[in-house]
Amino acid sequence: MSYIRPSFRHPDAQANAKGFTREDYEGALSTLCSGCGHDSVSSAIIQSTFELSIEPHRVAKISGIGCSSKTPTYFLGKSHGFNSVHGRMPSVATGANMANRDLLYVGVSGDGDSASIGLGQFGHIARRNLNMSYIVENNGCYGLTKGQDSATTDIGSKSKKGDPNPYEPIDLCAMALQLGATFVARSFSGDKEQLVPLIKAAMSHNGFAFIDVISPCVTFNNTAASSKGYEFVRDHMQATGKIDFVPVRSEITANYPAGFSEEITLHDGSVIHLYKDDKLDCTDRNSAMNAIAEFNDKGQVLTGLLYVDPDSSDFHKIQQTVSQPLSSLNESDLCPGARALGAINASLR
Amino acid sequence: MKPTNISNPEYFHKVVDCQHACPAHTPVPEYIRLIAAERYTDAYMVNWESNVFPGVLGRTCDRPCEPACRRGRVEEEPVAICRLKRVAADNKDDISKLLPAAGARNGKKLALIGAGPASLTVARDLSPLGYEIHVYDENAKGGGFMRSQIPSFRLPEEVLDEEVGYITDNQAVTTFYNTRVDSLKALLDKDYDAFFVGSGAPKGRDLPDLPGRKEGDDNIHIGIDWLASVAFEHRESVGKKVIVLGGGNTAMDCCRTARRIGGADVKVIVRSPFADMKASPWEKDDAVAEDIPIIDNHTPLEFVIEEGKLVGMRFDKVRAEYDKKGRRKLVSTGEEPAFYPCDEVLVAIGQENAFPWIESETDIEFDNWGLPELNKNTFQSTNSKVFFGGDAAFGPENIITAVAQAHQAAISIDLFCQGEDLNVRPAPSTNLVSQKMGIHEWSYSNAVGDDLRFKVPHADKAAALGDRLLEVELGFSTQTGFEEAQRCLNCDVQTVFSEALCIECDACTDICPTDCINFIDNDKEEALRPQLRMPAKNLEQDLYVSSDLPTGRVMVKDEDVCLHCGLCAERCPTSAWDMQQFLYQVTKASQI
Repeated sequence: MSYIRPSFRHPDAQANAKGFTREDYEGALSTLCSGCGHDSVSSAIIQSTFELSIEPHRVAKISGIGCSSKTPTYFLGKSHGFNSVHGRMPSVATGANMANRDLLYVGVSGDGDSASIGLGQFGHIARRNLNMSYIVENNGCYGLTKGQDSATTDIGSKSKKGDPNPYEPIDLCAMALQLGATFVARSFSGDKEQLVPLIKAAMSHNGFAFIDVISPCVTFNNTAASSKGYEFVRDHMQATGKIDFVPVRSEITANYPAGFSEEITLHDGSVIHLYKDDKLDCTDRNSAMNAIAEFNDKGQVLTGLLYVDPDSSDFHKIQQTVSQPLSSLNESDLCPGARALGAINASLR
Repeated sequence: MKPTNISNPEYFHKVVDCQHACPAHTPVPEYIRLIAAERYTDAYMVNWESNVFPGVLGRTCDRPCEPACRRGRVEEEPVAICRLKRVAADNKDDISKLLPAAGARNGKKLALIGAGPASLTVARDLSPLGYEIHVYDENAKGGGFMRSQIPSFRLPEEVLDEEVGYITDNQAVTTFYNTRVDSLKALLDKDYDAFFVGSGAPKGRDLPDLPGRKEGDDNIHIGIDWLASVAFEHRESVGKKVIVLGGGNTAMDCCRTARRIGGADVKVIVRSPFADMKASPWEKDDAVAEDIPIIDNHTPLEFVIEEGKLVGMRFDKVRAEYDKKGRRKLVSTGEEPAFYPCDEVLVAIGQENAFPWIESETDIEFDNWGLPELNKNTFQSTNSKVFFGGDAAFGPENIITAVAQAHQAAISIDLFCQGEDLNVRPAPSTNLVSQKMGIHEWSYSNAVGDDLRFKVPHADKAAALGDRLLEVELGFSTQTGFEEAQRCLNCDVQTVFSEALCIECDACTDICPTDCINFIDNDKEEALRPQLRMPAKNLEQDLYVSSDLPTGRVMVKDEDVCLHCGLCAERCPTSAWDMQQFLYQVTKASQI
């Protein structure tokens, strides 16, 4: 097997506004199975960070355990990274974000890591509105342990073993909405036209941005009777609308076609454009929850941006922490001394 | 776009840029892999089958393959294909047992005029078929202009003798050396069944009307004649100050030869700008490295004669102007003419065809440029028994072109002698074989190394300039040859796509290091090219387009900078991509 990717890139490859080429955002060569959806998600993250001109050293990628959680090795090789304990990525992300609010946090998790062992952590990070992008690579099975059904496997879906799954699935998007996540989207690893702008919007969102990416497991769960296989998802996918993301300070030069109906400006000034029908209001949490349920009943998978609160207050704002990262405060700021302690104590008397 | 028809052998042939650019279509990646495997004899025979003179060409070829090499489009320099060919020639074992024997006599007799690369190729191709072949040449040995014009410091005589011998030692071939054909008519009267004219373009251009030409004649020489007189040792020295006129490879050979036999101050003076000179870039580099200045943009005005003796030349300084169609015009700058003193002048400004020995009664017609009227595919002249090839056919080209033409002429001669239709040309032989050995294992070395082109070591300059016979380039060692061979991208190992197997998972698109692969809505070619992940700007390179996939999209691969690394096929979960080695061989008159 080739473990070394050739170092040549297309001679016409351009650098972004910060002077980095797409190669600067790549990681090691993936050791996942050929055709794994997760590799497409890694590729979409590379594309998104490249297009957003994010400096690689300003990113921290954090993951738990599982096939999905291996993937941070395969992108952003020049960024900070922490491969944590199973299901505990949210805790580590919270700690890191508390210490240094200036980095861009990308959490990568899977259906096992987030919907099973890490379900408790997932719920709390959503309601705390930690400023990060939380990407679940959802393949509806435990690929690393030979493809057992997971907590997100739909009722009746059959993996390679062939037995229909008898249990109710957890819908992570619905759960995130209910728990107060301020950016919720669903996408498909096989649709980068949708996934890349969603990741870019998530990275620009101020608060907890959750994307549930259906990412087929080619080895164990890509059968015709699986609801998380390439064929099924393509046949049953309905998008909330075509999405386009315009970063801050970019001039809008595109001619938007008829049907363009919604423009959402994020806190940093970047804009999400949605071309869609009028049914779903992406800034209304109830509308999003209803839409998910409605499409679920029809046996369809609703993808695209489901909900965003452009005015969201992230965990730091809720906590009223200082604007300077704690990690960069010096000892005198952090320990103001006996006199300051005396003053505080006096105020409590 | 319509789906690409990969069953047409020309599609994959074109992907192998080096082989496609080679006039003889030598399977370059095939022999480079053999060199990497230290199978030098096999590598040599792949060459010999195709280009007949691997040892000669490994030193002197014009290398049309190298500018075409895909590696040159992803990094600075192409693979040193020509020098690798020499590695095969230098390190091969005795090949005499592998050479084809003369076939059982078929009763037909052929006369080949000239013993240069074209005639020798015809002799090689037809000797196994039973023809009795007579080769006529005015010189004492075969090789033609490979012997008379290419100096020994570029092509040692032993190398040429050996490769000429592989052909003339065949029992079917009889050589008539020191025999100049002065009359084709007389030859036609003999009992030959067919004739091949491979007599080259033997007439060097002169400047007959330039003032002083006649008076200075003793010290003014035509380049190719002068090179021949040095090669045949009729001339052993030259004046101290030498001007070489012209900017082609002959001019480079003249100036470097002059440096070796007494020319201390040798200059090349050329009309065109340096960049427009016809000489190969490496030939120019080698001349400059031997302290020979190349003075460009100088048009000769006169040979300056004092007291009946040549003392120098006067030149008009010019600049090149190009019209909208890119045609060049040299315009005088109006400055004072420049004077360069010299003892001798070598005129190397081109060569022409000349057939004073072909009489009009032979029914061979010539065009306005003095070239024979030929069928471009069959090389048959207006006299159906007479065929042409090499420089004699369509004017001066190079060795590899002569060989390629001669292969076709040999087929024509065979068809003619067997009474068959000359216009029914044999199809190329092709083969397409999967290289898959295991899940992620290929039977070719698919890793793409980062090494830059290796430099060929040269002989010590002082020693080389002191000895006309000392070869300057020393060739790659086997170790360097191996390393240089590893730079080859194996473009003949094709990426073959099977629509029926594709699940459109994007794995190939994601892994491709050079972003060649796209899944996109079909459109016209002009519309597709700019829409690809990396716009396909190189219009000379094809797009490989699949039929419609389940999502309604098509796979579009831009062949331009594909590294043939096989990662798309390794990442493909369904083997919709496969790496398959494509061997394309031009069919010859006889199978070697």
